[in-house]
Amino acid sequence: MSAKQTKKKSATAVKHRARKPAATAVKEKSQIAAKLIPIYIMGKRYEVPEGLTIMKAMEYAGYILIRGCGCRGGTCGACGSVYRKPGDYKLQVALACQKTVEPDMYIAQIPFFPANRATYDFAGLTAAPEEVFKLYPEMFRCVACNSCTKACPQGIEVMDAISALKQGNITVAAQLSFDCIQCGLCTSRCFGELAQYHMLQLARRIYAARIVPRAEHLAEMVKAVDEGKYDRFLDGLKRAKDDELKKLYQEREVEPMAAGEDWKPKDTRYL
Amino acid sequence: MSYLGYPDFFEPYIKKVEGTRPARVEKRKKGEEFTFMSLQERQDMLRYHPDYKEEGRREIKVGPSKGYRIAHEFVDLLEARSRVDPDRVDLSRVDYEADVLVIGGGGAATIAALIAEEDGAQVLMATKLRHGDANTMMAEGGIQAAAKREKDSPYYHYLDVLGGGHFKNDPDIVAAFVKQAPDALRWLESLGVMFSKFPDGRLGAMHGGGTCRKRMHYCADLSGMEIMRTVRDEARNRKNIKVLEFSPAVELILNEHGQCAGAVLYNMETEEYLVARAKAVILATGGSGRLHIQGFITTNHYGATADGIVLGYRAGVPLSFLHTVQYHPTGVVFPEQIEGWLITERFRSEGSDIVNVHGEKFVNEREPRDVESARFIKECLEGNGVPTPTGKVGVWLDSPMLDILHGEGRVRTAFVGKWKVYYRLGIDISRAPMLVYPTLHYQNGGLKDNAECETVVPGLYVAGEVTGGLHGENRLMGNSLMDIVVFGRVAGRNAAIFAREKAKDGELTLEHVKVYLKELKEAGIKTDRVAPMLLPDYTTAEVKEKQLTVSYLGTLR
Repeated sequence: MSAKQTKKKSATAVKHRARKPAATAVKEKSQIAAKLIPIYIMGKRYEVPEGLTIMKAMEYAGYILIRGCGCRGGTCGACGSVYRKPGDYKLQVALACQKTVEPDMYIAQIPFFPANRATYDFAGLTAAPEEVFKLYPEMFRCVACNSCTKACPQGIEVMDAISALKQGNITVAAQLSFDCIQCGLCTSRCFGELAQYHMLQLARRIYAARIVPRAEHLAEMVKAVDEGKYDRFLDGLKRAKDDELKKLYQEREVEPMAAGEDWKPKDTRYL
Repeated sequence: MSYLGYPDFFEPYIKKVEGTRPARVEKRKKGEEFTFMSLQERQDMLRYHPDYKEEGRREIKVGPSKGYRIAHEFVDLLEARSRVDPDRVDLSRVDYEADVLVIGGGGAATIAALIAEEDGAQVLMATKLRHGDANTMMAEGGIQAAAKREKDSPYYHYLDVLGGGHFKNDPDIVAAFVKQAPDALRWLESLGVMFSKFPDGRLGAMHGGGTCRKRMHYCADLSGMEIMRTVRDEARNRKNIKVLEFSPAVELILNEHGQCAGAVLYNMETEEYLVARAKAVILATGGSGRLHIQGFITTNHYGATADGIVLGYRAGVPLSFLHTVQYHPTGVVFPEQIEGWLITERFRSEGSDIVNVHGEKFVNEREPRDVESARFIKECLEGNGVPTPTGKVGVWLDSPMLDILHGEGRVRTAFVGKWKVYYRLGIDISRAPMLVYPTLHYQNGGLKDNAECETVVPGLYVAGEVTGGLHGENRLMGNSLMDIVVFGRVAGRNAAIFAREKAKDGELTLEHVKVYLKELKEAGIKTDRVAPMLLPDYTTAEVKEKQLTVSYLGTLR
């Protein structure tokens, strides 16, 4: 086949893809140029193209996922998985949507893990650490083995966050755990049977609502809105004709990108 | 086996980019730019933009918005059969009862559930995936609200929303939105959302595209996740909110008075169809990126399949602004772990070229967003895209140029977030280029409602991405997160009030579904398609060929 023909053919293939609504990730197995490698999904052998994630490898093998699949972008925590490689005693953890398959890996997903979560009346909670201790007394079963940290796909220092919480330092616990995706892998590996991700969620809420100062300027804005201060302006805009709106839009003063917190507009009529 | 961290499949393609790089860098250094398109050329190019592509859409032949031209993928779902035979659902056997049924599991749904519960309602949430597995969780940028009186007000927020939406937005909805946004932000603060703040409690804020004041508030770059985690945690504290996971709604149920009075739920694991009766229903099922409109990759989560559009439309709710969908020019095509992930425009503004499979530049990298997207698409349609082992196609964003142009370490320091994520996948983007393609990002329109989240069906409320009107034809960054908070709260409150004061007891019916199916038949639509889709199908063709079971036989399909 000449180079020209090849080019033409691939263009058609792309066009076909662009029009066809079918959302298949991979059109046909035979079109896959990548090398196939063996993996074991829950002990069963499949051959899949290298470079796929565990999640896509399962789909390639023919699974339609109901559980263990969420954002497919590493932020929702739905697809916590464990795997082991041949000749290695160590159990590894991963998010199925992020981890690329490796030859001969044995994979199982943990789509749900029963974890203890305390129920509380958040409005009635203060920032006193004792309240957290009372809700989660098992926190003190932590033996500082660090398995939670090793299990975290986000690289969070889970054990350090729990240690801070045990010492009553809610601020540090909140800050260390900020990017927790609550996949529960820490809990699945915990010797002391703590549900770290629930405890740290509580710490973050207390930190944000009780320890960090409230935004006073926001409360003032809410008050001004409630007093009807902007109703007249908004009514005016709602009634405005298209041309008038476009003019107002184009003429509106734009805060410079580099402006500091103290920047103020010249036109204060609509503030 | 890999080349610069990519599977060696890419080696010959990356070498093409490397081969032309020195000459391209020299041109940059001399200040030689790839010529910008003229206004006419831009206009012509837009026919490649998915929204402007007439062959990408067709008129819908049935229902309340009959004649409206929208993407085939939407029409395919709307011109499809019900998943269940309405005659076979026994509506006298009620499996679940609640005052307010909330359909959806993301931000809008959860917030609506919280407020309805506070208003005294017994709430049942029916979610398709886990509670919280939703686009809300994935929102990074921020949340808009006029919060600083000395420089901003709802007046300016209103103008910005309209400018973004081509001045076609619904004025009542926008006015309600900008007015309630500050209080919605304050409510999140009181629930313990960790906003990025100054030490004195002042909220950090930045610009977004199309804002005239810095009013994009954020929680580092995980704003949506932080909001979703917090409201979900709060919902779990409420004893009058019950959550039924993996049980999406497949039809709305009305009653003899024409009020919405529940839904048929589908237990995806036991495959049972179950009847949930309620005095009011909130539809908050989110968007539709997983329809992969015109074959596009998406930033959206697994369950974004437009289910709510199908349910609402069959029950008689018209569509609004569904003809526009938001695309971003540079989404990751490969590695597939981060497929669809947004790559910031700043890479291009600092001097990274866009090149095709031959290593050639074909576009100035700073054309307007829609034009840039259209040009990438054209290049790939003409066969000049770079193929991937996952069956996709893309163009290169040549990031290593930045280290050469601005000094060693530029990519790593100026784009640390992107660099780290790629590095974890074994790719150093200061040495290897990134493969990108326009990515499907947001459903600008949806079901028609008003500023009270009411639809034409009494007792049926809608909130969030499933609705249309607020964003007009184009949403601004930071207004989707605020949309779900403001209108989640409005829907929750109004549904609770409806349940208490206006709901009438009456016989349940799926007559509207029967009428709709009859209309399909009369329009001559014969199809095997069923809707809602519920989950996208990523099974390969070869597996499908071997799935030969004729029908349900015995215990297994």
